[in-house]
Amino acid sequence: MQRFIRVDLVASRAPPAAVGGPLGWMRRNLFSSLANGLTTLLILGLLAWALPIALRFLVLDAVWTGASGDACRPEVAGRPVGACWAFIADKINYLAYGSYPAAERWRPNLAVALLALAAGWMLWLGAPRRDLGALFAFVAFPVCAYLLLAGAPSLGLPSVATGLWGGFLVTMVVAVVGIVVSLPLGILLALGRRSTLPVVRVLSTAFIEFWRGVPLITVLFMANVMLPLFLPGDITVDRLLRPLVGIALFASAYMAEVVRGGLQTVPKGQQEAAAALGLSQAQSLRLVVLPQALKVALPGIVNTIIGLFKDTTLVSIVGISDFIRVLEASRADPRWSAATIPATAYAFAALVYFTVCFGMARYAGFIERRLAAGERR
Amino acid sequence: MLFCMAPALAQNGPAQGTLAQVKARGHLVCGVSGGVAGFSIPDSQGQWRGLDVDFCRALAAAIFDDPAKVRFIPQSSAARFTALQSGEIDVLSRNTTWTLSRDTAAMNFPVITFYDGQGFLVRKSLNIASVKQLDRATICLQQGTTTELNLADWFRTRGLTYKVVTFANSEQTLGAYESGRCDAYSTDKSSLYGERLKTAHPDEHVILDEAISKEPFAPGIRQGDDPWRDLVAWTHYAMIDAEEAGISQANVEEMRRSALSPDVKRILGLEGKYGEGLGLTTDWAYRIIRHVGNYGDSFERNVGAQTPLKIPRGLNALWNQGGLQYGPPIR
Amino acid sequence: MPESRKTSLRAVALQILLALAVAGLVYVASTNAAQKLAKQGIVAGFGFLSRNAGFDISQRLIPYAAATSTYLDAFLVGLCNTLLAAALGIVLATLIGFVVGIARLSPNLLARGLASAYVEAVRNVPLLLQLLVWYVAVRVALPSAEAPASLGGAFVSQRGLALPSPDFSGSAWLVPAAFLAGILAIAMLRRRAGIAAETGRPPVRVWLPGLALTILLPGLAWIGLGLAGHPVVLHWPARGPYDVEGGLPILPEFAALVLGLSTYTAAFIAEIVRAGLSSVARGQGEAASALGLSRSQALRLVVVPQAMRAIVPPLTSQYLNVTKNSSLAVLIGYPDLVHVFMGTVLNQTNQAVEVVAITMAVYLTISLATAFLMNLYNRRVTLVER
Repeated sequence: MQRFIRVDLVASRAPPAAVGGPLGWMRRNLFSSLANGLTTLLILGLLAWALPIALRFLVLDAVWTGASGDACRPEVAGRPVGACWAFIADKINYLAYGSYPAAERWRPNLAVALLALAAGWMLWLGAPRRDLGALFAFVAFPVCAYLLLAGAPSLGLPSVATGLWGGFLVTMVVAVVGIVVSLPLGILLALGRRSTLPVVRVLSTAFIEFWRGVPLITVLFMANVMLPLFLPGDITVDRLLRPLVGIALFASAYMAEVVRGGLQTVPKGQQEAAAALGLSQAQSLRLVVLPQALKVALPGIVNTIIGLFKDTTLVSIVGISDFIRVLEASRADPRWSAATIPATAYAFAALVYFTVCFGMARYAGFIERRLAAGERR
Repeated sequence: MLFCMAPALAQNGPAQGTLAQVKARGHLVCGVSGGVAGFSIPDSQGQWRGLDVDFCRALAAAIFDDPAKVRFIPQSSAARFTALQSGEIDVLSRNTTWTLSRDTAAMNFPVITFYDGQGFLVRKSLNIASVKQLDRATICLQQGTTTELNLADWFRTRGLTYKVVTFANSEQTLGAYESGRCDAYSTDKSSLYGERLKTAHPDEHVILDEAISKEPFAPGIRQGDDPWRDLVAWTHYAMIDAEEAGISQANVEEMRRSALSPDVKRILGLEGKYGEGLGLTTDWAYRIIRHVGNYGDSFERNVGAQTPLKIPRGLNALWNQGGLQYGPPIR
Repeated sequence: MPESRKTSLRAVALQILLALAVAGLVYVASTNAAQKLAKQGIVAGFGFLSRNAGFDISQRLIPYAAATSTYLDAFLVGLCNTLLAAALGIVLATLIGFVVGIARLSPNLLARGLASAYVEAVRNVPLLLQLLVWYVAVRVALPSAEAPASLGGAFVSQRGLALPSPDFSGSAWLVPAAFLAGILAIAMLRRRAGIAAETGRPPVRVWLPGLALTILLPGLAWIGLGLAGHPVVLHWPARGPYDVEGGLPILPEFAALVLGLSTYTAAFIAEIVRAGLSSVARGQGEAASALGLSRSQALRLVVVPQAMRAIVPPLTSQYLNVTKNSSLAVLIGYPDLVHVFMGTVLNQTNQAVEVVAITMAVYLTISLATAFLMNLYNRRVTLVER
């Protein structure tokens, strides 16, 4: 370890210059020292160089309308060409639904509306009857959404093979299935890891550490090639279901660790008090411990969900038509070949993922501050 | 001896023959690649089209007199053999190379439906005529296929060198080739014609004539089911024999009315009861030609000179026209 | 107490049932797999590792040739590539992460804003997409293979970077040896500095002389060898018939993976560093300032050493993430362990169970070993605490 011992006297410093007014503000925030001043100038120069380029590419030189890649070729358009938003506009339905039949697209739309309802109910802390909301989000909604998307001929909904699903729809399906499965499973695993029963504890710990120790892509490969091997001969697993199983198990291990962190913050006295009141172990868990633990763990849970949402992109590697894969497929369309197509496609995808993830991160931050407010009293 | 083998056979194959299962089910389940233009790809209406698809339609036509009684399931190259073994599909009609190790691994390949070889897609501007000129070039490949092995063998035995970049799927491979990461893109020639169409300027790329490997594509079935094996083989032979005899989808009705040659009569089921040996009706081959056409019809419709792919007949021409397609006589 | 005996009986019964259920599940799954593999004619076991691989790999750190090498060699090549990408990614991510993390607490408003914009933008976009951006969008912007840009003997193009590579065989081994001697000198200086501080002797400078030695010693060896008539041979890259050949090639796949991994992980490390620095009591910084330490001195000598206790554990898990995330290489064609082994070898041998098991075991071993070392470190740190 390094130590520092002062052996000579430090020279006294000049009195501080003005600290008030706009000049003082600038001096404090931008030019407090020579190094700081240089940094400020450097960053200003960088911004002056980069911002106009970004602005020109994204907005000023962008092509907004057009029927094919010709509109986005500088030699055809006769001007420098930035982002080719016409390409996104042309492909937007494919990016959203994949090959889902056009006549049936109201079904995914309705499913997303139901999802919004479930998510709103769960995330709005002041919502009425949040216990009913949980029931809706984790039981009723998955069943309804499955019937809507896959179809139920007996209910008059023609079935749509999962091979036709694609785009943002599949990304949402993977993320939502991951969340709906991993949250309850994660809570069970977290409780299992803290259990006093050795078999339960060892099994839960081994399960959690195994999934957390390997990369998701190997899990997806495993689900793809080994899941069919493990099942008896005549059962076949849907191609979309395989990565779903992999992602759900993978996410539940991470969820379990977050929930365990929450459980650790609940003082032992709470459980003892519940026992003193005559609550059974299950009751004390359900009514006293879990509500407190989950509240503390909520920001961590949302962060895990953000990670899960970003990880859904990996299913494109094992051949599932998620948002990234249909984007890559659209990009390969020879009708839309132009120099700026890749950059346009990636800028759009980055914007989509950023919006969703940043929104969730903001929510997590809001919850964290609210909880901290309770602590600060 | 036979006594002892009976249970072993029963374990290997399904308890009931595949043909009986298909008939009982009312439709055929066919594994296809599901993304190779001209061989198996769904069109904009979701209808499956292609040479591999037509083969399954011909099977369905022979069994049910209805080419629509097929369900197509796309199979990745990794999952295709498992799908066949597990009974998920009745026949694997996908660009699968017939090799000894695959044949002995509890699979059968009754007949070669398409003769292919590993080729190279290069830029015209490179002015390359032979694969040997690719010495020291960078070559893009899709990983996990025999192309990796063939390429290494071919260059090594000729004392040439090359640099390789491999990708997990064909989109990434083509993208890397097109963006200039590689000088050549190597895979089965039949696929290269489709890949070339996906480039921005197909006429700026050329497929070298030379092939560096033998890739005989054959439909795959489970081992130990001889009646099904016969039916799969003879479905292809019927299409070849029909082409040789001049019976096409366009003239089949007329030929059936006015056939004089005994060859034609036998193919169309007007003479003899040859279909019954296959467990079908006597007009089985007529059904195939009426619904799907002969081999040449299917070839021209899906991959031939009139299609964007423009694959030359080459080795797949009839034997009497310089090719290798030769059907044993129906008699 | 009959009540508690009842519950303990129930607990035992529950555990036995659970163990039986898990064992049954494993048994059913493994018999199914064994049956299906037997049907496919696949011989279970690891014998396939000694069979000839027969395929080429674009980047190899250890000797490998398609004709003679085995699947085990291919596995080792993939493993080395994974470790190289992960190691370089970790170093770069740490550097960028610490700079950005400290910048987030900078008194400079612009630096603060830029750092947080970087963190938010990078953290909220999937790594896979960022790798595509690096590999597809950025690479295409480089000069083409026919007209590579030349940078004083090095070449850069869409086919990657080609650097001149010194040949350290023969008497030139002195140069790397001199470099190692420089590293050794740093270690010795650090020891001396520690003793000096302990005993109150005048402080010993470590980094400036140490780094100077690590650069000067090899330089002197280089020049000395040249004067002695055994100059170090440099292999210069040169234009070949298709692209630049020779020298030390850096593949674009490798560059894209390392850049993507390090910039992505740096955002997370920056957050860890910021949280760690903020966890050090404010008074510490103020006290350092009162003692007349400059901001950089206060950071280096007072705040960062205390913050490290909070930084190191989450930092290790980020390092593990770099290692695990390097498996995304499969997307952009970098031959890492997953790409070579789970991609090519699995498809060519059909030994799915063995290949998946080996690959997962490698990552699991790395993870568990790191966790073990982390626990040791934590115990040491908590012991030091008074």
